[in-house]
Amino acid sequence: MSIKVDPTCRYTETHEWVRVEGDVAWAGITDYAQQQLSDIVYVELPEVGASFGQKEVFAVVESVKAASDCYMPIGGEILETNGALEDAPELVNQDPYGKGWFIKFRPTDLGELDALMDPAAYEKFAQEALEKGGH
Amino acid sequence: MTEPLIFELSSPGRCACFLPDLDVPEADLPPAEWLRKDLPLPEVGEADVVRHYVRLSQLNYGVDIGMYPLGSCTMKYNPKVNEVACRLPGFAQTHPYQHESTVQGNLALMYELQEMLKEIAGFDAVSLQPAAGAHGELTGILIMRKYLHDQGEVQRNKVLVPDSAHGTNPASTSMSGLQVVEIKSDARGNVDLEDLKAHLDDTVVGLMLTNPNTLGLFDEHVEEICRLVHEAGGLVYADGANLNALLGIAKMGDLGFDVMHFNLHKTFSTPHGGGGPGAGPVGVVAKLAPYLPGPIVEMREGPCEACGSEEGELCFHLVMPERSIGRVKSFYGHFAVMVRAYTYIRMLGAAGLREVSENAVLNANYLRVLIKDTYPVPYDRICMHEFVAEGRIEGAPDVRALDISKRLIDYGFHPPTNYFPLIVPEALMIEPTETESKDTLEAFAYALLKIAEEARTNPQVLHEAPHNAPVRRLDEVRAARQPILRWKPGAGQ
Amino acid sequence: MTYVLNTERERREMLRRIGVEKVEDLFQDVPAEHRFPDLELPPPVSEVEILQELRFLSEQNADLDHYLCFLGAGAYRHYIPSVVDHILSRSEFYTAYTPYQPEISQGTLQAIFEYQTMICELTGMEVSNASHYDGATAMAEAVIMALNVARLKRKKVVLAPSIHPEYREVVRTYTQGMNLTIVGDEDPRGDLAALKGLVDGETACLIVQVPDFFGRIPSLAVLRELADAVHGAGGLFVVSVDPISLGLLTPPGEYGADIVTGEGQALGAPLNFGGPYLGFFACREEYVRRMAGRLVGQTVDAEGRRGFVLTLSTREQHIRREKATSNICTNQGLVALGAAVYLATLGKHGLRRVAELCYHRAHYAAQRIAALPGYSLLDDQPFFKEFVVRCPRPAREINEDLLDLGIIGGFEVGNVCPGLDDCLMFCVTEVNSRDEIDELVEALEEVGS
Repeated sequence: MSIKVDPTCRYTETHEWVRVEGDVAWAGITDYAQQQLSDIVYVELPEVGASFGQKEVFAVVESVKAASDCYMPIGGEILETNGALEDAPELVNQDPYGKGWFIKFRPTDLGELDALMDPAAYEKFAQEALEKGGH
Repeated sequence: MTEPLIFELSSPGRCACFLPDLDVPEADLPPAEWLRKDLPLPEVGEADVVRHYVRLSQLNYGVDIGMYPLGSCTMKYNPKVNEVACRLPGFAQTHPYQHESTVQGNLALMYELQEMLKEIAGFDAVSLQPAAGAHGELTGILIMRKYLHDQGEVQRNKVLVPDSAHGTNPASTSMSGLQVVEIKSDARGNVDLEDLKAHLDDTVVGLMLTNPNTLGLFDEHVEEICRLVHEAGGLVYADGANLNALLGIAKMGDLGFDVMHFNLHKTFSTPHGGGGPGAGPVGVVAKLAPYLPGPIVEMREGPCEACGSEEGELCFHLVMPERSIGRVKSFYGHFAVMVRAYTYIRMLGAAGLREVSENAVLNANYLRVLIKDTYPVPYDRICMHEFVAEGRIEGAPDVRALDISKRLIDYGFHPPTNYFPLIVPEALMIEPTETESKDTLEAFAYALLKIAEEARTNPQVLHEAPHNAPVRRLDEVRAARQPILRWKPGAGQ
Repeated sequence: MTYVLNTERERREMLRRIGVEKVEDLFQDVPAEHRFPDLELPPPVSEVEILQELRFLSEQNADLDHYLCFLGAGAYRHYIPSVVDHILSRSEFYTAYTPYQPEISQGTLQAIFEYQTMICELTGMEVSNASHYDGATAMAEAVIMALNVARLKRKKVVLAPSIHPEYREVVRTYTQGMNLTIVGDEDPRGDLAALKGLVDGETACLIVQVPDFFGRIPSLAVLRELADAVHGAGGLFVVSVDPISLGLLTPPGEYGADIVTGEGQALGAPLNFGGPYLGFFACREEYVRRMAGRLVGQTVDAEGRRGFVLTLSTREQHIRREKATSNICTNQGLVALGAAVYLATLGKHGLRRVAELCYHRAHYAAQRIAALPGYSLLDDQPFFKEFVVRCPRPAREINEDLLDLGIIGGFEVGNVCPGLDDCLMFCVTEVNSRDEIDELVEALEEVGS
């Protein structure tokens, strides 16, 4: 089973990605995460205007038999959430780095990116996780 | 094989229930805005109703059909005499608000059941009010919290819960306004003592422990655990879901527990009903007795003003414990379920109850040794009334617990509990109970071994199972993505 | 008596295979000093003996097959069609487990799906769950849901004083660890309209009961005002209803309810001295993911056939654990099935008929009793099937005398309202014939003097 990684993102150890474009950022869950969850049935997204610190729970992603917390890769204020996921949560499975995005937000401190993994490091990390226990 | 919905069988004008004519003058109805315009319920005849529900029932599996080896559910045989007992009109046709003098039979039965449960589990007081196990858990946590806060220990706001615990344990804790702290299990399936010690301090209300635990193992340090928690000023809650292993074998009160809930619909043979009603009475040690939810039943010796009983006569009355956490539901609890449990305990007696546990544990161990060479049992010890095996088969890496379970249906068995406890991957939690015979256990083991063979030679049969059930595997993803939670007129098939 | 099937010889074979000598060897993990305690219980009895004993015990009660009954107050004697118990006695229904394996539980699942639909139709709401324990705990769960909808940022609950006192107690028990402010019900005879003044930005929900505990049907205008007030403040409007009344009255979905709860015992469950009963719970679709309790949903199987499964399970304790919407697991499945059978049997016209019979007979009784010297109606508001009467003597004494005449009288209102010790609340249903009512009236006249 191959793991896709997006070269424009940075990654957390809890399998979220963040992509910064100027003074806004986008976040979601990684390809490894969506594989582990298998069919995603619902994503509980935060309210626009809410603020979260790095590593705080900002969303919950659900499959039939599991619900997983999603942690902010870096802190910020929510500007937009992906309304398409309401009717089509499978977008997260199909295109986790693109159409399956969760939030658009204004980061508080871009320095927090330093704590995250670059694409190559994350690919290795996720591959090891897969070999250790993932299905 | 599908049965239409009752609404699809509806035909305007049909009626199944005929009521007496109005024999009093008609009063003025409420103003028009208060009168509903339409009542969209089905219109069917009695034969329609009966056939519909009888056909639906035929799509179900029940304990009266075959074994249900569901771990921690204790799906034992439901004695039929219990069904006669609870339907006696003297019991069934009584209103909860009748004067106590007119329901002494009910109150006497409740009192005796309270006493018997106390004796069985070694506690000083019992409330029969909680409606289910989870309800009993909420009750127990609230009791622990209130007791400690009344002692001035208001800084205590955490409950320790083992990682093997049933989901109701942390959920009940949250509902009580307390924080959940997870405690790890050790390599032998016990609570990890070092992890426990590391988390015990004066902010802890107590520990919730299922014993035997959800791995079917009797904790090898249970007395030590209770002692440690007490030393730290906390209390110990016993989740009594697995009491079927301990009747006449050990009393939870003796082992050091302070509070426990019983599951009458597990240990005490009352039927599961497709999802209830059950009953979750709670037992406590003496110092917690004033905190029980109520009312509970008290016995008095006459003369009694309240009911007019005479000198030396016994009478029974409802009382609210002085520092009660409050009512946890309306009225007194599931009385009709209590009658069934009472009947069961009276018929078995002490010797019969002990026989239950001895055979429950014997059956589980027998089944364990029959399958363990094919289905790894991670904690290699004598188990209690249940055990957990891994649903992974050598040589069949794509076959999972789910597939094995669905294929068991084709062999005529209800699958065991899947994917619980969380600490065993692809868990199959198996509890045969004492009411299964050696023959049935062997048939079940045989089916599991055949399935293991199929997994290696023809896994697709497992992935597409069940093949012989009223429906094939159902699309749960679709059900969650596009929830349809009711029928609507005009809805197609 | 034993239900164990293993013979002595089979036990020996099994022990051998396990590798132990005797059964006691299986319990070595139990600390020796606590192992095999004696249980002091009555000696076992046979089926013959226990049924004799239980018959005798049950006959120590004054049951409603032998006494007239006009007691209500949250538990009701309604007619239960014979079909109901017949269906509930099907082994495949009552000895089945929770339908976690849907392929062999389509009977239970479809029946509950139908039940959910019927509750929605009755209450005018969009989604119903598969049951709570009773009307009181359903109300408590509604409070918890309202708190969750407000993302735990609101801490105030407004309770109408005319809600059943036990329900208000249960709400307080459930929420005692949550630091809430619960107001509105200090005076059980207090006015509904006054609740408007208690609603503010801290209010998670406002709860009313219709008909109320005293049997009264409130003004629809007042209810709509209360709904508007709590909605305006951003909270939820919760209504607890008598399901039989919904055979006649406008459902709460039409006057602003966000959540509807209630006691479903009247839908085909025997009185059973208080339990098991049935808490029904319905709400607007937008709140479905915050709702507690089991939910059955429709789907298809691998061959495209319609089928049913438990769904949206990630709300529940077995998945969400400490973040679950509730801890509820086993609920009232069989009682809900009974309610569905009841509603199917009575149907569109039958339930309306039951409600009308209750209404007219209760009004006949009220009118006749009010005409007796010394008796008067306490309230002059519209009512459904219960009403409160002021009596010429203490209510307790009246009831004692009625009992001697073979009548279980009304609810002694003084038990919940200080100062109303001379008041009795009578309940009249479709089971109380005109003759029975006339008998009550004559008896009241006799004992009133």
